[in-house]
Amino acid sequence: MAIEVDMMKKVPVSEQDPEVRAKNFDEVCLGYNEEEARAESTRCLQCKNPKCVEGCPVRIDIPGFIAKLKEGDNAGAYEIIGEASSLPAVCGRVCPQESQCEGQCIRGIKGEPVSIGKLERFTADWAREHGIKPVKKAHSKGRKVAVVGAGPSGLTCAGDLARMGYDVTIFEALHKAGGVLVYGIPEFRLPKDEVVEKEIENVKALGVEIKTDYIIGRSETVDELMDRQGFSAIYLASGAGLPMFMHIPGEQALGVYSANEYLTRANLMKAYRDDYDTPINKGKKTVVVGGGNVAMDAARTALRLGSDVTIVYRRSEKELPARVEEVHHAKEEGIEFALLTNPVEILEDEEGLVRGIRVIKMELGEPDASGRRRPVEIPGSEYEIECDTVIMALGTTPNPLISGTTEGLETNKKKCIVTDEDTGATSRPGVFAGGDCATGAATVILAMGAGRRAAKGIDDYLNGK
Amino acid sequence: MFKILEAECLADKTYKMVVEAPNVAHACEPGQFLIVRAEEESERIALTICDYDREKETVTIVLQTIGESSYKIAEKKAGDSFHDVVGPLGNPAEYVNEPLEEVQKRHYLLVGGGLGTAPVYPQAKWLKEHGVDVDVIIGTRSHDTLIMEQEMIDAVGEEHVFVTTDDGSYKRHGMVTAVIEDLVKNQGKHYDKCVSIGPMIMMKFCVKLTKELGIPTIVSMNPIMVDGTGMCGACRLVVGDEVRFACVDGPEFDGFLVDFDSAMKRMKLYKTEEGRRLLEYQEGKTHHGGCGNCG
Repeated sequence: MAIEVDMMKKVPVSEQDPEVRAKNFDEVCLGYNEEEARAESTRCLQCKNPKCVEGCPVRIDIPGFIAKLKEGDNAGAYEIIGEASSLPAVCGRVCPQESQCEGQCIRGIKGEPVSIGKLERFTADWAREHGIKPVKKAHSKGRKVAVVGAGPSGLTCAGDLARMGYDVTIFEALHKAGGVLVYGIPEFRLPKDEVVEKEIENVKALGVEIKTDYIIGRSETVDELMDRQGFSAIYLASGAGLPMFMHIPGEQALGVYSANEYLTRANLMKAYRDDYDTPINKGKKTVVVGGGNVAMDAARTALRLGSDVTIVYRRSEKELPARVEEVHHAKEEGIEFALLTNPVEILEDEEGLVRGIRVIKMELGEPDASGRRRPVEIPGSEYEIECDTVIMALGTTPNPLISGTTEGLETNKKKCIVTDEDTGATSRPGVFAGGDCATGAATVILAMGAGRRAAKGIDDYLNGK
Repeated sequence: MFKILEAECLADKTYKMVVEAPNVAHACEPGQFLIVRAEEESERIALTICDYDREKETVTIVLQTIGESSYKIAEKKAGDSFHDVVGPLGNPAEYVNEPLEEVQKRHYLLVGGGLGTAPVYPQAKWLKEHGVDVDVIIGTRSHDTLIMEQEMIDAVGEEHVFVTTDDGSYKRHGMVTAVIEDLVKNQGKHYDKCVSIGPMIMMKFCVKLTKELGIPTIVSMNPIMVDGTGMCGACRLVVGDEVRFACVDGPEFDGFLVDFDSAMKRMKLYKTEEGRRLLEYQEGKTHHGGCGNCG
């Protein structure tokens, strides 16, 4: 039976029941099936001047691929997406569509926007299930480009450069390629074996070589890559670095994690699986501090490991930086939100273990530099929340390994690598950079957009443009 | 995969292995460490680089079995392989990048406690090879647990190596601090720098003494780590009231500034779980509840 489409509303997508999924690590959103995707594709207005494309950091031809889906040409749709994105199955799952493509969708002015993310995901999943791989078109130019870091930015840049005919080698410090896609974003949001690994295989199929366990800045410097290994250009995409802490009393107590550590243990090191050796502190009551996607990921991971979870965030719900879908999912799963609340001290018992967190209520005052209203403490409103685990999800500062070992590489006062926004060029000729190491912690898709621009920047540079 | 060329038991629970790891061997310097994953499902374990051979592209590691993960590493034999070896990690010892003529003006005192003797060895060797005066103190529980005495003597000369045991079963009797006091106060030795590597408690007391004696002291910290590349933040320490990370800011720090008490506290986090996992690994599921003590 054909699906009846309400042009004002998205075709609903199936999800695992919140009560069931709160206890497993399987993917929450089940995605569209072919029929649902076809139905949703009819909602696209095929605008002549598509605003959605402008909202996409990698400029996917969105009306183009949706038109193919509508015709029933899924392979054609995949080919169109593949021209702009090396990781569509990932983006369809983790992009903040509401503030990008879908945020600008004309259909969205009166009703709900077209579910572009879910259609992208369907297309990429369909291609994977049908064994369709991107094709390498260009002949080798015989020139070597090195990419540092196999996260979303590095993979995108490498994929684009390989398509142009460059010999690309990615150097990855960890034992596994994928960057934040494997260590940060949890399995229930982005399946590792079925989705991430397959997308990385696709990048490799374009001829990209990935060397894991290889630390640029230690084993080999940027200069050595150019002088000794003969790379003509380098793209630095080493990602976000060290987690930030609040510098409040008790932060060294046992049971205080950075979100990076907690998520790395759970995702990359697979602490949630019995067949892996990684220990993780499975708390009974966890407090997560922060309101971004990483905070939601940490909270929902802790929940699945069996803990009650409260998110403490100093501003109000409206200012939560996380994707709307993640906040919605977190609430459905039973995570509590203590909004307009800020930690002042982590309390420990005589053994040094976390026993609680003292917080203070906040109210919103005048707008600050970011345009958001600044949270101000309400005197005398302190109270304690009992917990045995505290996860700090407050953002990161750039990793110093490469900037500290590359002479003449300019960094700004936040220690991010300074780049030309259009080309990714740094202060060092032939050295380009992008993603979190240049911008500070941001999203997967913004890092991918930077990777794409840098690939073009590198191509222009090597062609003397 | 990274092939193990030699594997040897040095003392109870202490093992030495020579591993093929070109990317580490080409670049590593004294003071740095590496990370090993025995198998696909294993933890990333930070280990000491005890020696390296740039031509043969090998590194020598020394480790002690504490929990399941280190046990799995130590179980490997020559001819086996590790799933991953990554490094070098951390910063080289500060003298490696200082002008050599400055370093050569100094007299160094190196103090290795227990397993800490292993990372002291490449430092002693480097300093001696670069014409720097160096004395080495090796402290250990007992004669049975002593490691690398001969290598150290070969590197710096017998008259520069001072061994002490907690139980007096070999050579001197007592803690490393007693040896430092003796050398400085009774034997008229003068040191400009001390490097102390060993159990946290040893480093803490070593620093307490060298502070009194006015000898600037570097310590090498080995807190819990996960990625070891400046991402996870597990290895954070308080140094001079600031949060620092052993993997990218260290592992060597000014001993006078390190907050050892909070660092020691953080070491305890996984001890119980690690111990249980080790028993489970060694004795199989039979252990659980079997002893009647631990449920």
